[in-house]
Amino acid sequence: MQHDMIYMDNNATTRTDPRVVEAMLPWFTEKYGNAHSRNHAFGWEAEEAVETARASVAKAIGAEAREIIFTSGATESNNLAIKGVAEFLADKGNHLITSTIEHKCVSDSMKALERSGRQVTFIGVDREGRIDLAALEAAITDKTILISIMAANNEIGTVQDLAAIGKLCKSRGVLFHTDAAQLVGKQPIDVEALGIDLLSMSAHKIYGPKGVGALYIRRAKPRVRLVAQIDGGGQERGLRSGTLNVTGIVGFGKALEIAVAEMPNERARLRSLRDRFLTRIRERLDHIHLNGSLENRIEGNLNISFAFVEGESLLMSLKEVAVSSGSACTSSTLEPSHVMRAIGVGEELAHTSIRFGIGRFNTEAEVDRVVDMLADKVSRLREMSPLYEMVKDGVDLQSVKWSPH
Amino acid sequence: MPYSDKVVDHFENPRNVGSFAKDDTDVGTGIVGAPECGDVMKLQLKIVGDRIVDAKFKTFGCGSAIASSSYVTELVKGKTLAEAQDIKNVQIVEELALPPVKIHCSVLAEDAIKAAIADYRKRQDAEVGDPAAARS
Ligand SMILES: Cc1ncc(COP(=O)(O)O)c(C=O)c1O
Ligand code: FES
Repeated sequence: MQHDMIYMDNNATTRTDPRVVEAMLPWFTEKYGNAHSRNHAFGWEAEEAVETARASVAKAIGAEAREIIFTSGATESNNLAIKGVAEFLADKGNHLITSTIEHKCVSDSMKALERSGRQVTFIGVDREGRIDLAALEAAITDKTILISIMAANNEIGTVQDLAAIGKLCKSRGVLFHTDAAQLVGKQPIDVEALGIDLLSMSAHKIYGPKGVGALYIRRAKPRVRLVAQIDGGGQERGLRSGTLNVTGIVGFGKALEIAVAEMPNERARLRSLRDRFLTRIRERLDHIHLNGSLENRIEGNLNISFAFVEGESLLMSLKEVAVSSGSACTSSTLEPSHVMRAIGVGEELAHTSIRFGIGRFNTEAEVDRVVDMLADKVSRLREMSPLYEMVKDGVDLQSVKWSPH
Repeated sequence: MPYSDKVVDHFENPRNVGSFAKDDTDVGTGIVGAPECGDVMKLQLKIVGDRIVDAKFKTFGCGSAIASSSYVTELVKGKTLAEAQDIKNVQIVEELALPPVKIHCSVLAEDAIKAAIADYRKRQDAEVGDPAAARS
């Protein structure tokens, strides 16, 4: 592959940290036991490694080890949390609440529940992508069993007011689930302080391997119970059958240990890289818009609309940089991003949005190179853009009669 | 998404980018698409007698849309209006090897040709039929 490319798509996935890979290696070739084998040392050492990782994961979010179950990633954790609670509490209520900016694995789990007769309310967000708390409160009924609101958004990086949501849920006796795939390991999160009952995590967003994650399930005040969605050998207290991915779990534990230990420095470093990026690109280009919130945001994420330049054409120009776009033209369905729509970014700006995910392995020199290339390519494409020409000629694009097709 | 070599070539070396003065009577301007759809094409044809002698474009859109319009400027040059009017989007799809999701970009290019010709005819009619318009 093109190793001279700059990878700046760390909200999609991350490079596995070499320290994590090193920790994982023996578990492929030397210590390959099944953590559920009770009668030999291979099994015991594997089980011990899993329990060490479980403790690291628990510690990272202020939980206890026995409140963590390992899964294949945040997708599975979200499915289990939402469907599992809905099934277990079917007698108590049939109403769930979520937001309009969730990852598909949450929103589609909710839609699956709708098809099976539950009611789901989708709460909107403001221009920064934050939940309308008044609307959330107003949506709660005596049939509401679960509120699922993501901790940080994968496209625009917006971090929710989890404490306020947790408090609201507690006061109304509703369980609170959060998809924290984009927040855990990047900013502090404490399930006790925030009143979180269920929390989904994923290793590959934080320099761990793909295909492993976890679900936190509160054991006390209240004790949360769910119906398993995968049946089999009864592993993970019967909640998630299947032989544990010991290697992946070891990597996940190691990745979180590193992320937590380095968090204060890394947050500061990413923030300064992000600020440098923004300041420099604003010096070079006009008509650019930052999508989301500057304050309530995971540090490495930038989502910028470059007006009058369609996102896919910009990605195509940025051959040496791996980033992604919210433009409809990049998706196989030609549907623009639901997050852009939810925050009220006009369709025309949604088509011009690019997501930059600055991560652990990005350097200041890379940021500078990306800004240089961006300024160059955006200018070139604007020279080709009829919209830019019209705006320069003083035409108000809103007043033009277009021919949508 | 992998692009065909021809799309990449037109995208990186677009032919005939630019604008003619809109008010020239020998220029027809077609603007199709909409910003909220993510694509707007402006195609201008310079016409002498019945023949297209030059063409320019500006496009807001994906790589395939830019490549389609660039290719169309080459395609129409030297053609009569009747011949240009007959150009079908499949020709663009085949030349650029566009994948199915990008077919609408070629449709837009076809529409742009028709819109530019229609604009030119309208101007000519206005000029002939309305002396006041010709003077202004
Ligand atoms: C917010 C969010 N939730 C869930 C997921 C899915 O995680 P996984 O790839 O571990 O299934 C992702 C990543 O794609 C994400 O960003
Ligand atoms: S302009 Fe959107 S797919 Fe071509």
